[in-house]
Amino acid sequence: MKPILMLAVSAAALALGTGSAFADCGVETGSVRILSNDFEALRIINATAQECATDAVTVTANATAEHKEIQVPALTINPAEYSVAVVANNSIVPLLNEDLIRPLDDLVAEYGQDLLPSQLVRIDGKIMAIAFMGNGQHMFYRKDILEQAGVEPPTSYDDVLAAAAAIKEAGLMDYPLAASVKPGWDLAAEFVNSYLGTGAEFFAPGSAELTIDNENGLEVLRVMRDMTAFMDPDYLTFDATEIQKEYEAGNVAIMNEWGSLGGAILDDEGAVEGVVENTVLTAAPTIGGGSIPAAALWWDGFTIAKNISDEDAEASFRAMVHGISPEMMAANKNAATWLIAGYEPGPAAVGVIANANGGARAYPMQPYMGLLHTALSTELAEFVAGSEDAEQALADVKAAYDTAAREAGFLQ
Amino acid sequence: MPNKTFFAFILPSLIAMVLFIALPIVSVVVQSLHVSHEQILVEVENCQPFGGCSTELRVDTAATAALREEQPLGRFNGLGTYVNRAHLATSELGVILSSERSIGEKWAQILNLPFYKALIFTLVYCFVVTPLAMALGFTIALAVNALPKVTKGPIIFFSLLPMIITPLIGSLILYWMLSPNGILGATIQHIFNDPTLSLRASPALTWGALLTYGVWTNAPFSFVVFYAGLQTVPGDTLESAMIDGASRWERIRYVIIPHLAPLATFVALVQLMDNFRVFEPIVGFSAEANATSLSWLIYNDLTGDSQQFGSAGATSVLTILGVVILLSPVLLRTWREFKHKAV
Repeated sequence: MKPILMLAVSAAALALGTGSAFADCGVETGSVRILSNDFEALRIINATAQECATDAVTVTANATAEHKEIQVPALTINPAEYSVAVVANNSIVPLLNEDLIRPLDDLVAEYGQDLLPSQLVRIDGKIMAIAFMGNGQHMFYRKDILEQAGVEPPTSYDDVLAAAAAIKEAGLMDYPLAASVKPGWDLAAEFVNSYLGTGAEFFAPGSAELTIDNENGLEVLRVMRDMTAFMDPDYLTFDATEIQKEYEAGNVAIMNEWGSLGGAILDDEGAVEGVVENTVLTAAPTIGGGSIPAAALWWDGFTIAKNISDEDAEASFRAMVHGISPEMMAANKNAATWLIAGYEPGPAAVGVIANANGGARAYPMQPYMGLLHTALSTELAEFVAGSEDAEQALADVKAAYDTAAREAGFLQ
Repeated sequence: MPNKTFFAFILPSLIAMVLFIALPIVSVVVQSLHVSHEQILVEVENCQPFGGCSTELRVDTAATAALREEQPLGRFNGLGTYVNRAHLATSELGVILSSERSIGEKWAQILNLPFYKALIFTLVYCFVVTPLAMALGFTIALAVNALPKVTKGPIIFFSLLPMIITPLIGSLILYWMLSPNGILGATIQHIFNDPTLSLRASPALTWGALLTYGVWTNAPFSFVVFYAGLQTVPGDTLESAMIDGASRWERIRYVIIPHLAPLATFVALVQLMDNFRVFEPIVGFSAEANATSLSWLIYNDLTGDSQQFGSAGATSVLTILGVVILLSPVLLRTWREFKHKAV
């Protein structure tokens, strides 16, 4: 009820001609309703955007890990429940597919002086999102353990496997490797990371036909299976937060982990002695003789809903531009790998930057990528558990994807 | 009671049942017969912070919206969704059954199909958990009934705890206890002297943990119903059995169990129906790799990066059919008994 009440108050204030309360961000009137994922960097942005609230402007934010489940229905209704949807490469796709977000070219021209050209996500020539941070999974390793085992820092997955064998042989750790291979979203993301590293395409050009059933796919699965031999036997239940705990507990020497968790790992909380000072963040390993880091690059950005008034859209855009302002970034340098003007990477950001500099590819934005991700998330479970061979696993993924893509109307 | 009064009495609940049970089921059935429109794709140029610009396919939203306007429900697919690989997989099943493989290999191939993999676990869960939970509940009821009055209250409260705890929380608690760092997991490793033993790693042990959890969480319901039933056992029959020299076991076998049999039918009915919808422990135990259920399939269709409503609808309808098939023997028996009594 509160936003509605505030809106009524603001409307009344406007009618009385007293809407002269300006915040720093210059928003005069309107309602800003932000829907975002729930992690530190986004919470900071939401809080900064909320500084724009005045008597005539309401700014509310809902940061939830379930944002992907509610964004499409919430933006479908008119007026939309949220005026801003904070998205990433993958979660923008359902909004594009359903035509729920508006082009931002006019707003960028008028209020986007602080934005860098590289922050603008253009679809068919129109600016559809403003990116503000990069993310991705990259390698974290313990230099002390590698030194004790007498191995060089790995750069390819074959190096990683060799290093793991050396660490195990030296009796330093029982399970030196960790990756988030819990069946579900995490497991599929691992496959996508490695497959991108091979340089191959997921789909045949110009169609939704899946093409992962090839040598590259087999190589990716071989590496995934070989890695599990050096992982804790419970690896099937490990997601990204679980391997962070294992790493901070000093049980893991090399892992692939999200860059956005780098700050939390490097801070002085939660880790046993010797972990933080010996942790090195670097690009993800290469795979199958490839030359690029085997990891997807992600951006997080904001979009503005289509089904809202132009006034709210303008207020939302300006509040978000304030939220991602260089001042916010300067005050929170270590919270993320910012794409904002004037950013100099801190210690927690070097991994993602190394991925980007190494030529890592972005997570695909094809409209049917979500279907593939879902197919991978369930059909690779038996393979990574060790109860199915790679050929069968790839055939299962293709069969599951084809079924889903036919139902969704992408394949005939 | 005149028909009119009777009708007036049940009208409110009848309306509620139609609104909240019948209509949603109809809507699910309709949904399961349709699939999404054909997506009209166009090649457009996309630019993003990483990787620069590239030409990729996008959904032509204007053309797709026009299609949607024409047919709001989507394309009619008949039973197509029901027989595709994600559900009954009739053509895949035909290929597997007509192949020249051994029965073991065929079985493994069938279990590789998502629906059958889920169905097998669901059925095993139903038929293992239901009788064991009923037996455990009955035993607790007998034990509590024999207790002195002072201790009954607290013991009943503790016996009901598994039912009071939210299923997802209950399974998470047990899951953490079974982890190698947890009290149960560490104890089991110690007993078997095997530091690699993990209940979460092997399919058989995961199933065992899920079934144990199922019995633990379902026993209180049987206990409550049977305990209430025990209060109605006629005292004079029991006394005369005692005078005839019947032991405690014989009194249970020949007096109490026959007396509670109709109640057991009721409990079995409710429990079978409940257990067929097993879902929370799979999520709580992170057991997706080793065990899935029909309800989990529905959940999986509706979450993630893309939602498949038609597929989820078809699985829902198949679940309803499964419940009907499962309950039909019990319902038939009850109906026959009722007819018998009426005659």
